[in-house]
Amino acid sequence: MIETPGQTIGPFFGFALPYAGDSQLVPPGHPDAVQFSGLVLDGDGVAVPDALIEIWQPDAEGSVAARAGSLRRDGFTFTGWGRAATDNSGRYSFSTLRPGGEAPFIAVTVFARGLLHRLFTRAYLPGYPPDGLLSSLPENRRRTLVALEEGASLTFDIKLQGADETVFLRFDNSSD
Amino acid sequence: MPTIPGVANTPPSSVKLASQEAINAEIALIAGGYERGSQPESHPRLDYLPYRSSAKRCPTNDLYRTDPELIERTAPVFGQQDVGPFDSDLTVQHLGAPIGERIVVTGRVLDTDGRPIAGQLVEVWQANAAGRYIHVRDQHQAPLDPNFTGFGRCLTGADGSYSFTTVKPGPYPWRNHHNAWRPAHIHFSIFGRAFSQRLITQMYFPGDPLFDYDPIFQSVLDRRSRERIVATYDHEVSSHEEHTGYRWDIVVGETPMVNR
Ligand SMILES: [Fe+3]
Repeated sequence: MIETPGQTIGPFFGFALPYAGDSQLVPPGHPDAVQFSGLVLDGDGVAVPDALIEIWQPDAEGSVAARAGSLRRDGFTFTGWGRAATDNSGRYSFSTLRPGGEAPFIAVTVFARGLLHRLFTRAYLPGYPPDGLLSSLPENRRRTLVALEEGASLTFDIKLQGADETVFLRFDNSSD
Repeated sequence: MPTIPGVANTPPSSVKLASQEAINAEIALIAGGYERGSQPESHPRLDYLPYRSSAKRCPTNDLYRTDPELIERTAPVFGQQDVGPFDSDLTVQHLGAPIGERIVVTGRVLDTDGRPIAGQLVEVWQANAAGRYIHVRDQHQAPLDPNFTGFGRCLTGADGSYSFTTVKPGPYPWRNHHNAWRPAHIHFSIFGRAFSQRLITQMYFPGDPLFDYDPIFQSVLDRRSRERIVATYDHEVSSHEEHTGYRWDIVVGETPMVNR
């Protein structure tokens, strides 16, 4: 069957898609909570205040949670999924757990006004041996996929266009 | 990377907006180039300059092909606790009934093999019957409707089906170019069985006279793919003295394989 094409999220999702607790995969007071945050920037380095970022990640042991309850969070269940709209300064922020695994990363989806179709990328934790994807990239592109870690914060800026453009991914064999 | 001088993300009022004729000419030029190509493109072009806001927001590198890891071959899970019983009826969210043509939009979420995506989250949002969003940044002069928010969600059934009761949204103006109007549409947010099947799109109504003038609709260059975002009027979905009915199936991308 022919796939349904994507279309831009547009500027007016703010009353609909964000919801209370959307960006808190764990409560910020959780002993293992980390802040995963960054800026979304356009080709001029200007902040994108109308982007929506979603994350999907394994738990601290590297397992896929596969549990419901992301929209009405109970404060105890780690579902591995979250959503955050950027603020007026183009910043998104999640409260989450460090993902586990051999080359751990947080899978990221980017939507924005001006972006006709969603983008996928990965935010790797620093300090692990590079996996297949990272190894295949030249150094200047590889570093766009690695978060900066400082204490309990992981910083991952997303550059839609330009010199330090983030590597965006596709997983299929189509021309998409 | 093609650029258009003087085009910012949101054109300041001092920037002269392009005419509809100029936008149509750009649309026709790109469409002509596509017809001569051979590879069908199932999704919109990211660098599609008739949609001015894409100029500084589209990546210039090709998407980088990689094998999906386990997390990318799975999808977030939603359950009944996430969705309220009235979330799929946008006409009962306030004290009174909203103004507008009452419609039901229904269909199935499927993969490219036609298998249903069961128990998965569908979210919709839209303008009211006058073409106005409740969003604070929508300054269109059309009235708000105190009885309409324009947001709904539901989980798909075992057969992948979803259904929303709502009112038909109106077309609305935007500042992409002079006299720019969006065809009436409902925004849809869809999850598949894998992270890579995540989709946000827009559903349009059949026969809309604004299709030819809209760069967002036209950014899908393949005609058969473009037809996929237009719903069908379905008299079987219409209900006696209740509402008219539209049917729209949504097909998410292939489940990714690992090609090692
Ligand atoms: Fe819209």
